[in-house]
Amino acid sequence: MRMHRSEEIWLTVTTAFLVLFLLIGGYLTVQLAMSPPSHRETIDPQKVGQTAPFDNPGVKKIGENEYEVVMTLEAFMFTPGDIEIPAGAKVTFKLTSKDVVHGFEVAKTNINAMVMPGQIQQITQTFDKPGKYLVLCNEYCGGGHQFMSAAITVK
Amino acid sequence: MELVLNPTTSTQQAVKKVLGVKLQDAKLSLSYLSVSFAALFVGGIMGLLQGLDRSGIMPLPAWLSYYQVLTAHGILMLLVFTSTFVVGYIYAGMSYTLDGLLPKVRRLGWIGFGLMVAGVVMVMTTVAMGDASVLYTFYPPLAASPYFYIGLVLVVLGLWSCSAGVFINYRYWRKLHRGQPTPLFAYFAMGIFVLWFFASIPVAVEVLTLIPWSMGILPTINVMFSRMLFWTFGHTVVNVWYFVAVSAWYVAVPKIIGGKIFSDKLARVVVILLVVLNLPGGFHHMIIDPALSNGVKYLHAYMSMAVAFPSLMTVFAMFAVFERVGRKNGGKGLFGWFKKLPWGDVRFLAPMIGMISFIPGGAGGIINTSFQLDQVVHNTLWVVGHFHLTVAMTAAVTFIGICYWLIPHLTGRVLTPKMNKAGVAATLIWTFGMILLSGSQHLAGLSGDPRRTAYTTYNGSEVAASWDPYELVMGIGAVILLIGLLLQVYNVFHLMFRAPKGNTEFPVAHADDEKSTPMWMERWGLWIVIMLLVIGMAYAVPAVDFIVNAPPGSPPIRTW
Repeated sequence: MRMHRSEEIWLTVTTAFLVLFLLIGGYLTVQLAMSPPSHRETIDPQKVGQTAPFDNPGVKKIGENEYEVVMTLEAFMFTPGDIEIPAGAKVTFKLTSKDVVHGFEVAKTNINAMVMPGQIQQITQTFDKPGKYLVLCNEYCGGGHQFMSAAITVK
Repeated sequence: MELVLNPTTSTQQAVKKVLGVKLQDAKLSLSYLSVSFAALFVGGIMGLLQGLDRSGIMPLPAWLSYYQVLTAHGILMLLVFTSTFVVGYIYAGMSYTLDGLLPKVRRLGWIGFGLMVAGVVMVMTTVAMGDASVLYTFYPPLAASPYFYIGLVLVVLGLWSCSAGVFINYRYWRKLHRGQPTPLFAYFAMGIFVLWFFASIPVAVEVLTLIPWSMGILPTINVMFSRMLFWTFGHTVVNVWYFVAVSAWYVAVPKIIGGKIFSDKLARVVVILLVVLNLPGGFHHMIIDPALSNGVKYLHAYMSMAVAFPSLMTVFAMFAVFERVGRKNGGKGLFGWFKKLPWGDVRFLAPMIGMISFIPGGAGGIINTSFQLDQVVHNTLWVVGHFHLTVAMTAAVTFIGICYWLIPHLTGRVLTPKMNKAGVAATLIWTFGMILLSGSQHLAGLSGDPRRTAYTTYNGSEVAASWDPYELVMGIGAVILLIGLLLQVYNVFHLMFRAPKGNTEFPVAHADDEKSTPMWMERWGLWIVIMLLVIGMAYAVPAVDFIVNAPPGSPPIRTW
């Protein structure tokens, strides 16, 4: 099929951009392991309260300035709802839902993950800046969804 | 009224024709368009209520839940306004370009109409009663009343009836005109309905399992699998609305401005690509979900970007048409032609604004699908801003522009200069409102403001307070938008019942190369097989994975 010369140039250049995006995205994913939260581990959504480690949610120190936060989400609260960690701490959040679909977002950071019933989600972040961070549910989960929040204090 | 026998459809019954319009076909299309704009009217009021509540300007009364209003807005706008408009417009165009609808096709159209209206009434009743505040995505295990899902099934069945009508009429015309390529409009109609039909199958499967589950017959549901089925449909259906807008850009707009289609063949290549490339990509709505490997997410992220290619072809083709027309009108220099376009004509202005808004809309789409970048904006107001640019600007404003020739064409009336001005005003007010709304949503979302959330201060959080100014602008945008919307609904009413009688043609442009269009492009069986292969490539592995490695399912839960 014959194409207009300038159309060929336009499509070549723009396609080159798309391929470039693809390559950069691939490099970030494969080489730098910068990829969105995609943990694969299942749990019985009706027995979260009896299943370890979610039978005992809370903040656990697991290394030199390294923490693990085991957290459950349910309409309309995060457990634990108030977290304190030292500045510079590397924190891994282990999350699951006791009922419907929730979102786990820490505003003004890159922490953003879907938390599904039956699935355990995991996301890691280093908190360098001290301050009070707002944790909120960013997926509609029912009538009190707008009240579902928690706080992380970095000292 | 005169009675004319249509010579090319001798096997059909006598078709009543007035000034080139088949009255029986026009009645069908007008019925769909009436439902469409009634939905826009109610959906618009719901949008205003949300804007006022979220911005804190005017809280909702205690008896009305924000999420109920949000569910109604989403379903009425994203599903009802668009779907019924599309059927009305496509059936009108098919009737015009394929020498009238076959009687059985018209019947299928009416059956579809009945099913859709019954389904929508059922769905909206459950929402109004507060039994279905599950939003338009109805993610399980949030469980609505079974009637909500049964209503959705009726809507899908209505769509299938309309799809069958399109396929039958297309085949019939091809049989009567062997060796001739179908008219470009009909080719678009075929592409749109093939894509729409196949996209609706997964959501039908999902909803059919949700019915027994919501009734308590099926104890639990596979949450991830349902979510996948929803997005296979959801991602594609918004692209169907875009596809419809594209059809009007290619076929009608060049005729309205006195130009020609850039290339008939390339337009058909765009149709084929939009059909083949669209369905894979659903997982870019699930980029931050658990249980999906990064490899699958990466594949989908970039498969969905492939749709950018036909869009870039469209940008080129349309601006080539504009430049030629502008130069013919005396435009000089590199950009002088741009000023020589008929900016005062709503039939050009509205689709042109639709096209221009697809530049930031498409760029935002590339950001959303770009894997790592999505994590920053996922489930924030940014995404809401994005689809208001694409659906509520690119598609909806093009649909608005279509009204000003389609409705007078169907009702045997004309667009007066005064009505044209009213159309320009509605378009500009709508655009201005949407710039405020969508712009502030993008900015608020970038700083983390979540979507789908009623007014809240998050216990007096400082971060949440920093979102207030954006939300205020959003509320003001919603007010302006409603003014534009009301004017548009009035204009539609006027064009249907009040405008002076006369003849308005259905604008169909021609291309210089349309005689040499190769016949292999008409081989829909082949395009469908390729489409199914691409779908298999995208979904087979994760679908099996979701079933084989499924956790115990979830029971129905009501949290509102």
